[in-house]
Amino acid sequence: MALLDAYLPVLILAVIAALFAVGTIALSFLFGIRKPSETKQEPYECGMPPVGDAHERFPVKFFLVAMIFVIFDIEIIFLYPWAVIFRDLGLFGLVSMGLFLAILVLGLAYDWRTGILDWGPEVRERRPLVRKEDS
Amino acid sequence: METLLVLLIHLLKIIVVFSILLGCIAYAVLLERKLLGRLQVRWGPSRVGPFGLLQPIADGLKLFLKEELTPTRADRFLFVLAPLLSMGPALLAIAVVPFGDTTNLFGLLDQPILLQIADIHGGILFILALTSVGVYGIFLAGWSSDNKYSLLGALRSSAQMISYELVLGLSITVALMAAGDVSLRNIALSQGDGFWNWWIFSPKWFVLPGILGFFLYLISAFAETNRLPFDLPEAETELVAGYHTEYSSMKFAMFFMAEYCNIITVSCIAVTLFLGGWYAPFPFLPSGGLFGCVWFAVKVFILVCVFIWVRGTLPRLRYDQLMKFGWKVMLPLAIANVLLAAGGILLYEMWHGS
Repeated sequence: MALLDAYLPVLILAVIAALFAVGTIALSFLFGIRKPSETKQEPYECGMPPVGDAHERFPVKFFLVAMIFVIFDIEIIFLYPWAVIFRDLGLFGLVSMGLFLAILVLGLAYDWRTGILDWGPEVRERRPLVRKEDS
Repeated sequence: METLLVLLIHLLKIIVVFSILLGCIAYAVLLERKLLGRLQVRWGPSRVGPFGLLQPIADGLKLFLKEELTPTRADRFLFVLAPLLSMGPALLAIAVVPFGDTTNLFGLLDQPILLQIADIHGGILFILALTSVGVYGIFLAGWSSDNKYSLLGALRSSAQMISYELVLGLSITVALMAAGDVSLRNIALSQGDGFWNWWIFSPKWFVLPGILGFFLYLISAFAETNRLPFDLPEAETELVAGYHTEYSSMKFAMFFMAEYCNIITVSCIAVTLFLGGWYAPFPFLPSGGLFGCVWFAVKVFILVCVFIWVRGTLPRLRYDQLMKFGWKVMLPLAIANVLLAAGGILLYEMWHGS
């Protein structure tokens, strides 16, 4: 019952927020003018006729980031209960959490070395203006 | 009867907070335009009403009357769902923020009421869950529009938001450790009047973890709300308008309002966790009851101004710089800060023998 009491206002607010959001969109749907035309409803590409579909392949980097995210997010979830009671655990808690974090930092270091965290073009050394054999 | 009265008080509180929040969102937009104007040595909106104070209302009316476009190839259901998904959680997050201690409205009520909509135990977890749902709103917007710019904006946004969410979570951990609780109300209560009792400046862990934690939180909050210098998802010089390129009329306004709502919520959380919640900066100033709400509002106002100030001063980062900064600077710093805070608190307690 106590649990329900605490969450009831949240539920009410959720309903009000949803009604507000849906209501404003519905109102603008009612009041807004509508003069659809074929060109107007094309995807916007700065005035050029759009070529192909937008759902194309995209860099795998985004998937990799999502995967590392999951690991570290779970780490944080483990961290919260520890954070609440770590005073009672004392030095033992600090050392064990330190070990746990160290393993994850090792993982981060591995990601760093393999270049998952590097975005953008690879940094190449600039080609010298004058070739060696010429000089 | 009793339960009906409780329900009525809940409903009143919700309606008051909700309308204040909506007003704050509308005027945060005006504040931003005004402040940005002054930062760029111009006036900002000044024509509609005195000092341009009626500008938000005029903007709202205009957006209601605008034509609503849906691209022919868009996924219609997701296209409508996306703005709702980003607006709903943004509005809902205010439910767990404590604005003050208790009040009986100057003796009007027999029993004091909490100045908070819902005091749930896992307040912080609730906020984190809602920010995660917010990512869906932005991503679905970009995906369903079937526009290349939108898709790029959405991809960037989701990668950026999940990267900085880690830092956000880790920097919050520090405050949880200091307070020993996950309820936002108890975290606020663990601080006190006088700025040295706020967790940002608290000597109870030798000051540094508090300041570092606060700034890590603030920087990742900029990224979470897609604000400059991290507004890559809607970088207008590269992506037209990013994930909301295809949105018009009130659906666009939903994203717009969600952004400002998120700024306000994120500032509220920062105030609660690090800046002492409703407590006054000096012990001789009153902070009980509704005075607490005033202090809370002042602190949130200052933080919102910082958001606008940063937008007016800093240029946008490049995407690779953003990700590099997030993963290679912020994340290690945040992890180190957790251990630093833990060590600091234990050392302090050993020192004082408690």
